[in-house]
Amino acid sequence: MKTTSFKKSRRDFLVTSAGTGGGIALGFHMPSAFAQKVGAAEAANVNIWVAVNTDESVVIKYARSEMGQGSMTSAPQLVAEELDADWKKVRIEYADTNQHVRMKRAWGDMASVGSRTIRMSQEYLRKAGASARAMLVAAAANEWKVPAGEITVSNGVISHAASKRRTTFGKVAAAAAKLEAPKDVVLKDPKDWKIVGKSMRRIDIPASVNGTQKYGVDTQLPGMLYAAVAQCPVFGGTAKSFDDSRVKSRRGIVKVVSIDDGKAVAVVADNWWRAKEALKDVPVEWDFGANGNVSSASILQYFKDGLVAPEAAVLPNRKGDTDKAFAGAAKVLEAEFFTPYLCHAPMEPMGATVVIKDGRVDVWASTQSGEGTLAAVAGALKTSTDNVYVHKVQAGGGFGRRGGSNDFGRQAALIAQQLPNGTPLKTLWTREEDTQHDFYRPLAMYKLKAGLDAAGNVVGWQTRIAAGSLINQLANIPLKNGIDGPAVEGFDDFPYEVPNQRHEYIQRRTHVPIGFWRTVGWSQTPFAREQFIDELAVAAGKDPYEFRRKLLENEKKPLGILEAVAKAAGWGKPLPKGVFRGIATTEPYGSFTSAVVEISVSDQGAIKIHRVVQAIDCGYAVNPDNIAAQLQGSTVFATTAAMWGEITLKDGRVEQGNFDNYRMLRMREMPKVEVVLAPTGGFWGGVGEPGQAPFIPALCNAIFAATGKRIRSLPLKNQGFTLA
Amino acid sequence: MKLTINGRAREVDVEPEMPLLWVLRDVLDMKGTKFGCGIAQCGACTVHINGEPVRSCAYPVSAAVGQQVTTIEGISRNSSHPVQVAWVEHQVPQCGYCQSGQIMAAVALLKKKPRPSDTDIDSAMTNICRCGTYARIRTAIHAAAGGNAAAKKA
Ligand code: FES
Ligand code: FES
Repeated sequence: MKTTSFKKSRRDFLVTSAGTGGGIALGFHMPSAFAQKVGAAEAANVNIWVAVNTDESVVIKYARSEMGQGSMTSAPQLVAEELDADWKKVRIEYADTNQHVRMKRAWGDMASVGSRTIRMSQEYLRKAGASARAMLVAAAANEWKVPAGEITVSNGVISHAASKRRTTFGKVAAAAAKLEAPKDVVLKDPKDWKIVGKSMRRIDIPASVNGTQKYGVDTQLPGMLYAAVAQCPVFGGTAKSFDDSRVKSRRGIVKVVSIDDGKAVAVVADNWWRAKEALKDVPVEWDFGANGNVSSASILQYFKDGLVAPEAAVLPNRKGDTDKAFAGAAKVLEAEFFTPYLCHAPMEPMGATVVIKDGRVDVWASTQSGEGTLAAVAGALKTSTDNVYVHKVQAGGGFGRRGGSNDFGRQAALIAQQLPNGTPLKTLWTREEDTQHDFYRPLAMYKLKAGLDAAGNVVGWQTRIAAGSLINQLANIPLKNGIDGPAVEGFDDFPYEVPNQRHEYIQRRTHVPIGFWRTVGWSQTPFAREQFIDELAVAAGKDPYEFRRKLLENEKKPLGILEAVAKAAGWGKPLPKGVFRGIATTEPYGSFTSAVVEISVSDQGAIKIHRVVQAIDCGYAVNPDNIAAQLQGSTVFATTAAMWGEITLKDGRVEQGNFDNYRMLRMREMPKVEVVLAPTGGFWGGVGEPGQAPFIPALCNAIFAATGKRIRSLPLKNQGFTLA
Repeated sequence: MKLTINGRAREVDVEPEMPLLWVLRDVLDMKGTKFGCGIAQCGACTVHINGEPVRSCAYPVSAAVGQQVTTIEGISRNSSHPVQVAWVEHQVPQCGYCQSGQIMAAVALLKKKPRPSDTDIDSAMTNICRCGTYARIRTAIHAAAGGNAAAKKA
């Protein structure tokens, strides 16, 4: 594995329209048709990312979506740094989705997925700031008739020392906006950063403490109607008929409609509660289609068959001859692992507001992909994307639910289409609808086999993965060589030095919709990989940390973060009686993360988590406090998944519905998390997802240390464990 | 029906069984109170009735008649309540969606126990935060209780 070059995210396919490549910001002027008033006092758009008002406030555009991951603050930090702006005067606004589409995707990638805002846009964001700075400097130089090279900028103040002249961004912005953008700009040396690398307070937090933060579900428009929806409980089924006779004349009920060839029935009313209550009294006759008998048991059998089916694809990192290695090994170990379907369950349920008026379509939605929602709505209404305006708002959690599929936008558009011209329509799903109509984290099974020689060296490693394919099933893209990138994360770039390796994948496709779930493949592959490495260490009679160190000898970054977590956790130091620890390491989304978990387990199987140490090397740490928050949050997310997370099926439908049977971690169960930031510089890694990757296997390895029991299958509640 | 919300008299014409949450959100356009589950599980809809935390998704509006209803919009002007100050100081929210409810629960707790222990916090703070901000919530509550919201960060 190379740690210097980073592959493009496998989720880049989400953006399917014309690619933009690099150099997005440079040279782009805001066409006058789009030049809008961005502030109180006559804004000058220096470029598409930066506008300066005469009151010296600086508006920086944010093109992605904020859902709690913090990039609405950290991405503009990159622009402000190179601009030498006064951070206190910076305001942040969403880039307009409709302008974006009309301007041929001028703001680059708009999606907040794959922990990629910083790592995939850092260069053009920094260049946008540097370019705007150069233009502001050039305007001052022109005015003063001095060489631009003699001018310095600090906190939005432009100075020429020799002539003792000073001006400010606001005073020269209008002139700067008329200049050509420089062809190239030099970016700062990281050691000179003043804004990047600082824990700037999150720009969106003040509105979250007084009820003024607006989420998609908070959209309110004059004359707005509300819809409650019921989709066919069996995925893929449709409504044959429905009976609205009991509700038609009830207070506030406007209409009962069926949309999308019967995939959903909706009650439209003047108040959402009325719509939701009425929906209970609308009997629907569903045609469940071919999948009414599918159950978790039948799905499991199909996946199990995949572990031995001969037609699996072999990953290109195959090395040597594993059969030979196993034949000559002193010990051969084999194990199977299972990870279930999971639901995203963001706190804000799905929904969207749509107004269709005289051919123009306005959409308000909590989305992780403004462009994706825009395209989905345009597609549903069979109109040009030019006619659709998606207004981005804060998302009440996303975790992948609002990125890869834009069913919520599409559905609201199809209902709005059945209302009179200009009627605003808001959909909102119940929690049950949200749980039962998700795009679930794919179910996966793993079969691992490895051989050790007499000295305890790993001589061969074989992986078989049977899992759904997000690329094929969700994005509808044919698989290249039969391999699904997300499903094989952690094995395709296998970091451990093993002379003979063979990793295989076989797609399993069921009727259950699957989607990107926070940390994607990396949320589940380490459960198998990192427990199995532990098993090998135990079989070799070695310490699991030292065993990994040896296998990572030549992998500088993975080794570095492993050592960092071990040091912070005091690996090897004695623990209190009854306390045991586990370790795991991973390489997700351009970052490197390792975790140590310390637990005790009662005779009844109650796990008490005493301490979690989470370490990350994300290269450059743009906003350290936010990274810490992401690792804390990731630990909660992963603990929930480890202990209780599972979506099961019966009669073709999901059995879970609300938080009473799709359980979430709460305050009293919150483990103590210590975050170790160990950025080594020189690269840009993701931070929103990587914290989840090493936690579950580290926890399971601690369970083994405490109980001698290996965890083959999640969640832990099904293995006789509870959380103390 | 006559209601008193954040000290102000409001009159609404709705079904008596309509949950208070939907009266607030859809009838009175007070969007600070959130919907998360509808079955009193998550606490996103927490408001105060006479100072007591109540899950408004499962509280019929008729029961609120004659009582003092307080929502997130009513706990302070300019986000100046010590709990709100501590929440910003400790950078508690992530997506923020659960935080109106968390703050309402925390304010009620501090009214009853000005110096809550960790155990008090565990039993009073049962709201769900999917983003996992619990550790910071705990720190912020202690900070607000200490009268010094700027106390040491988590
Ligand atoms: S919405 Fe009321 S408790 Fe969840
Ligand atoms: S901050 Fe997102 S759910 Fe709590």
